[in-house]
Amino acid sequence: MHNFLDFEKPIAELEGKIEELRHLSDDGEINIAEEVARLQVKADRLLRQAYAKLTSWQKTQVARHPDRPHSSDYIANLIEDFTPLAGDRLFGEDRAIIGGIGRFRGYTVVIIGQEKGSDTNSRIEHNFGMARPEGYRKAQRLMGLANRFGLPVVTLVDSAGAYPGIGAEERGQAAAIARSIETCLGLKVPLVCAIIGEGGSGGAIAIATANQVLMLEHAVYSVISPEGCASILWRSGEQAQQAAEALKLTAQDLIKLGVIDEIMPEPLGGAQRDKREAIETVGEAIEKSLRELRKFDGVELRQRRREKFLEIGRKGLA
Amino acid sequence: MNWISNFVRPKIRALVHKEVPDNLWRKCLSCAQMIFHRELEANLLVCPHCGYHLRIGAKKRLGMLFDEGVYKTIELPETPADPLKFRDRKRYTERLKEAQVKTEEKEAILVAHGEMGGMPVVIAAFDFGFMGGSMGMAVGEALLAAAKLAVLQKAPLITVPASGGARMQEGILSLMQMPRTVIAVEQVKEAGLPYIVLLSDPTTGGVSASFAMLGDIALAEPGAIIGFAGQRVIEETIRETLPDGFQRAEFLLDHGMVDMVVHRRDLRETIIRLLKLLGERTPPAEVVALPKAESESADAKPESADAATGAPTGAPAEASGGSAE
Repeated sequence: MHNFLDFEKPIAELEGKIEELRHLSDDGEINIAEEVARLQVKADRLLRQAYAKLTSWQKTQVARHPDRPHSSDYIANLIEDFTPLAGDRLFGEDRAIIGGIGRFRGYTVVIIGQEKGSDTNSRIEHNFGMARPEGYRKAQRLMGLANRFGLPVVTLVDSAGAYPGIGAEERGQAAAIARSIETCLGLKVPLVCAIIGEGGSGGAIAIATANQVLMLEHAVYSVISPEGCASILWRSGEQAQQAAEALKLTAQDLIKLGVIDEIMPEPLGGAQRDKREAIETVGEAIEKSLRELRKFDGVELRQRRREKFLEIGRKGLA
Repeated sequence: MNWISNFVRPKIRALVHKEVPDNLWRKCLSCAQMIFHRELEANLLVCPHCGYHLRIGAKKRLGMLFDEGVYKTIELPETPADPLKFRDRKRYTERLKEAQVKTEEKEAILVAHGEMGGMPVVIAAFDFGFMGGSMGMAVGEALLAAAKLAVLQKAPLITVPASGGARMQEGILSLMQMPRTVIAVEQVKEAGLPYIVLLSDPTTGGVSASFAMLGDIALAEPGAIIGFAGQRVIEETIRETLPDGFQRAEFLLDHGMVDMVVHRRDLRETIIRLLKLLGERTPPAEVVALPKAESESADAKPESADAATGAPTGAPAEASGGSAE
């Protein structure tokens, strides 16, 4: 069974009805099959219509959908011989950011991803994908490893943001993010980032300062959450819908602003409805980017990454 | 009675009021003592009773750092004014205009060059009064311009953040200023020049998580709030009240996040000393030259001479009228 979002209610009702009818048909009624097929067509049409014109706020909901494939799903399906690596060698092991070394379409790569978890236990273990300084320092360590061995780096962004806590501040959350951005910028190997769900502010850019930034069709990427923005600028969290529109946080907005390089299409009804297809699409897009980046040497890769970010906002905006 | 209410009373009122306009006295935000404005100015906006460091604008900051308060600001690069056509309860363009009227500045940052202790320096100072010192495209470009100027003049770069973080009204484009300002810092460091950060109240969010935390040396003003997440957000997340002094400059010093906390009156002297130590790394030529042949003493010269005479020349985008306070 799916977890349905608010705006998916009509679809949920239809699919419920279809399910009911299927059970009936088991009891021997024959012409019910026709009815089921008819309803299925209608459900698909509703789904297509709903997902063709999602509002920014609805996309935010989809991007946070608990059934969406998470970093661990992508790693499990795309990376062979994946060998997780742990720890920042300074303080601890932060499981909000998972990472390691493995083989992607024949090539050894370092992969780093923000992991939200998929049930209560794993969500707690991964701190709901909100990293502490140790997470960003682990990311830096893994990027350093990649740099030393000339391995491409793939990062997967899916986090509401860096964790706001006392310990995180004591151990230099701001400095950890700043250094992580610096590390991304300094790499002499290809760095490809895929935003697969929620791209939350500084916590995202810390590992998203990449040569190529790919984004799933219904993912969001923003400087602040719509709720946070609303509570500051509208003085009420209830204006989150308006804030979501104003922030221009969808993939379709961001490609126009020149902030991302490519939109990866999602299966009908979002990545959560067909994880396998979503993962495959992301895999293809990453492979294509890495193939293009293989043409450049280390110095060029670094230079191009830097120029890419310097160019953002300098042209093509009103 | 008429002449009393019509003539005498207003006269008396006028006499009394003339003597004490409201803005001559300011109440210290920490100890609540009243401070006479001249005394406060003379004390660099530090409360003479309790030592509380009040926030200061960009112009005043530049004035108190440069030699004799003399400096030149540069014209900041043009950037798109309102790329997202952002509107909350007010239009972003309106908020911008209000901030410009209030602060008499174009943006939340000033970039200036001049001398400290006779050495050329470039300083980029934030104005918290301008939309909370928030960093949007204009501020990002300004920091890149400051780095470029520093490299061109072979001068150290000093940044003085006073900012709540990224400017929400520019959405993702404000977030993009984080990597862009990190690039600015890299350019200064790659040129072998010192990059010094003076963290002032407050330095948080996207500003602290980018260029502000990457200084070769990090100084902080006493009591300044420095951190990543806002205190309200942390309290709401962990559902605990925060300890006293949390995210204050002294707290960061204790946790190894800044090099020193420096009283405002000692800042200039401290920065000049650091710049001298980093800029004049070898003994003056005559000391080295003692017993050896002439060829060796000539070797020791260039490095120290460079730093001392790298005068600010040929700044590309100097403002025509920008000058000292």
